[in-house]
Amino acid sequence: MSDIRNIFALDGHPLTETADMSPSLVPPAPATAEASRRTFLKIAGGTGAGLVLGLATPLPELGGLGTSTAAAKAGAGPGLVDAFVRIAPDNTVTVIIKHLDKGQGAATGLATLVAEELDAAWTQIRTEFAPSDPTLYKNFAFGVQGVGGSTGLANSFEQYRKVGATARAMLVSAAAKSWGVAPGDVTVAGGVLSAKGKTATFGAMAELAAKEALPTNVTLKAPDKFVYIGKSFPRVDGLAKSTGKANFTIDIDLPGMLTAVIARPPKFGATVTSFDAAATRKVAGVVDVVQVPQGVAVVAKGMWPALQGRDALKVVWDDSKAEKRSTADIIAEYRALLDKPGLVARKDGDAEGELKRAVKIVTADFEFPYLAHATMEPMDCVVRFDGSSAEVWTGSQLQTVDHGAIARTFGIKPEAVKLHTVWAGGSFGRRAVADAHYIVEACAIAKARGKPDPIKVVWTREDDIKGGYYRPIYVHRIKAGIDASGRIVAWQHRIVGQSILAGTPFEGMMVKNGIDVTSVEGANNLPYAIPNLTVDLHTTKVGVPVLWWRSVGSTHTAHATEHVMDLLAKEAGKDPVGFRIAHLKDKPRHAAALKLAVDKSNWGAPLPAGVFRGVAVHESFASFVAQVAEVKLEADGSFKVLRVVSAIDCGLAVNPDVVHAQVEGGIGYGLGAALQGEITMAKGGEVEQGNFDGYQPLRISQMPKIESHIVPSAAAPTGVGEPGTPVVLPAVANALFAGTGQRTLRLPMTKQSYKAV
Amino acid sequence: MATTLTVNGKTASVDAAPNTPLLWVLRDDLKLTGTKYGCGAGLCGACSVHVDGALQRSCQLTLADVVGKQVRTIDGLDGKVGAAVQKAWVALDVVQCGYCQSGQVMAAVALLTTNPKPTDADIDAAMDINVCRCATYHRIRAGIHAAAKTLEG
Repeated sequence: MSDIRNIFALDGHPLTETADMSPSLVPPAPATAEASRRTFLKIAGGTGAGLVLGLATPLPELGGLGTSTAAAKAGAGPGLVDAFVRIAPDNTVTVIIKHLDKGQGAATGLATLVAEELDAAWTQIRTEFAPSDPTLYKNFAFGVQGVGGSTGLANSFEQYRKVGATARAMLVSAAAKSWGVAPGDVTVAGGVLSAKGKTATFGAMAELAAKEALPTNVTLKAPDKFVYIGKSFPRVDGLAKSTGKANFTIDIDLPGMLTAVIARPPKFGATVTSFDAAATRKVAGVVDVVQVPQGVAVVAKGMWPALQGRDALKVVWDDSKAEKRSTADIIAEYRALLDKPGLVARKDGDAEGELKRAVKIVTADFEFPYLAHATMEPMDCVVRFDGSSAEVWTGSQLQTVDHGAIARTFGIKPEAVKLHTVWAGGSFGRRAVADAHYIVEACAIAKARGKPDPIKVVWTREDDIKGGYYRPIYVHRIKAGIDASGRIVAWQHRIVGQSILAGTPFEGMMVKNGIDVTSVEGANNLPYAIPNLTVDLHTTKVGVPVLWWRSVGSTHTAHATEHVMDLLAKEAGKDPVGFRIAHLKDKPRHAAALKLAVDKSNWGAPLPAGVFRGVAVHESFASFVAQVAEVKLEADGSFKVLRVVSAIDCGLAVNPDVVHAQVEGGIGYGLGAALQGEITMAKGGEVEQGNFDGYQPLRISQMPKIESHIVPSAAAPTGVGEPGTPVVLPAVANALFAGTGQRTLRLPMTKQSYKAV
Repeated sequence: MATTLTVNGKTASVDAAPNTPLLWVLRDDLKLTGTKYGCGAGLCGACSVHVDGALQRSCQLTLADVVGKQVRTIDGLDGKVGAAVQKAWVALDVVQCGYCQSGQVMAAVALLTTNPKPTDADIDAAMDINVCRCATYHRIRAGIHAAAKTLEG
């Protein structure tokens, strides 16, 4: 994703506009030490905290007065404080985390970068989510505050290291002065400063350090000096999440807080005609029933009365504008489009003409269903509105978008909004919503009530599964041909599906010439050297809200392309690995990942009877992943994935254990969808699944053994949250193809049984 | 109408209807939020607790069901097995988003209490009711084996 700042400026977000009007005061991407230095503005403290460091900012709330949220929280006593790190006299180092952590390890990752350059002890590190402020906390990949597209660590890599290096330099300088030694004599290790027999903790030196001049430049460590980066060490949230002490949005409890659930339309696009709340109001604990644009909200003293109240509610829906097609109808319409040319996303040579000269041709049509994200913590949001200012707590993934939406919903200025980011129980894309819909509806309830009670809106699992924002349905056709030597000479790839980005603020940047990049990514950058290649797209209109789902376009393009590679390899009479390598001559990173996975899997070694191997390789989010799956076929046509060997090239692995965890989880997430993930709509448009019985998540008994490997690299870090997800489906399908000769064209795999030949 | 129940060794009186699911009594009335809501239908295990030592899904029990019984939640988990499981969970960095992990830990403790040396198959059978959308299953297996080893002494 490129810089989307302009979109949000146009969107009327005064925070962004202010920042844009004062470019000299906006902290630039700290690409240089000089730039980094300018981001630290020395200011006389008004907090009694000695000297406070803050970042230059035009916003009165955060600028120059030492009253930034981060600074204000330094109330523990004097210490070294800025918008990204606080070193307190109690010797804790608190790293301010600008991104949501939804399990991907953002807090651990960003804290690691500061700890590394600070030479802190890992045990003294604490983390805290940053307030919403795009000027301070933007994602350099987006231009606004938010995380997604596996950019969290990559965009912060230099920034957070510079924060640590700057604080370290000030501690060193203070120690040198107080001990009468040269700064060069001071060494730092494990959170302790030492020189000539004297030692001090960071905490002991913090107040003096705060009086030091900001260093004019800081030098970052050479990679061979890293003590944390590249090593595996514990997550910052491991203990809290193993003991039930981590606080998620659903756990927030404020004095006088009420709980709300919303009766939502049974069809996408339906609206409330009328409702009868007489029975609802009789339920003990129900406080209020209010209509909002999203449905009818039942507000109660707790979740149980809210649910009972909703059950008792009678709503008449107007579904005149609702989507009433079934998913079967939608897929049939999509299939009809496969015979018609779409908008061209890529055209090299003349695929259509050259296919006529191919010795062998493979044609494969694919169907991919709607998929729900089904985060373990369903959507939820806490809001408090007193008529002039609002405070919101939620697992905000796109803080700047959410912040603007809150202000607009209440009709107040962004400065009157406080948005707190809270640990999120999963996202997989679900919380990165351009319309901030689950936050907007909470605000709408508070506004409709016009009372200052804090309100917590909780989605039930049924609300979640039936609630849309799915990975879109896609239908593909790939037609590809090989020549007599077994080389691919032509490849035609047609994709049909909804645009994720149409109608969102991202549209202007990411839909080009009618092509939504997320519809074709993974297909239009096919890594294989093929002289004649066409990718075209039909973008459809369906009244079902859709969204990015962990690995986005690659969720379908990886399977279509990598499965066809195995179909072609078989036609060419070649081994699937060798066939790929032969077509990857200009793609060394794909090839290296593939070779590592293949080597570690012992590819080619004999397998027990009924067990088959399959392989796939795919690039997404600038990382390269190859996986080998071993699948056991059962006599009854069922199968079990026994083992997946994975290799990822994600550049420098800042915390290899977190990389492995993301790959393991990504495989599980992708496998669950591959095996059994599907949302369907019946005729009339109602979703047929409602909970984990209908929409079945992967369970532990289905989880293969996983061996995750990392390609050694010193390149800048790239994404790890998503790239492990899309590769397992084609790897498993290719193993089944090897064992049965059956293609996997309609997903999920429950649509067919596999019989060994 | 006040009802008395015993949670984590302490007696508490709550003013909730007897048919209120234990899950919401714990979370909304007793403010014990370690136990999570995931499905409300006994399908995911996020709300797992122990009642008289046995693993139960608190969304499937009512307040009336647990009167006179000992309810144990993640918030008050104690004992050797609980400590061993939580230590293994931290050592192996099992958690990701962490939302299901209260339930996973409670289920793992129940398993190890009755089966101190479970095989992978035992683990898969016992833990299959506990959904983790981050799919930390690989490490849950490893965590249970590690805890079993600790408990062996």
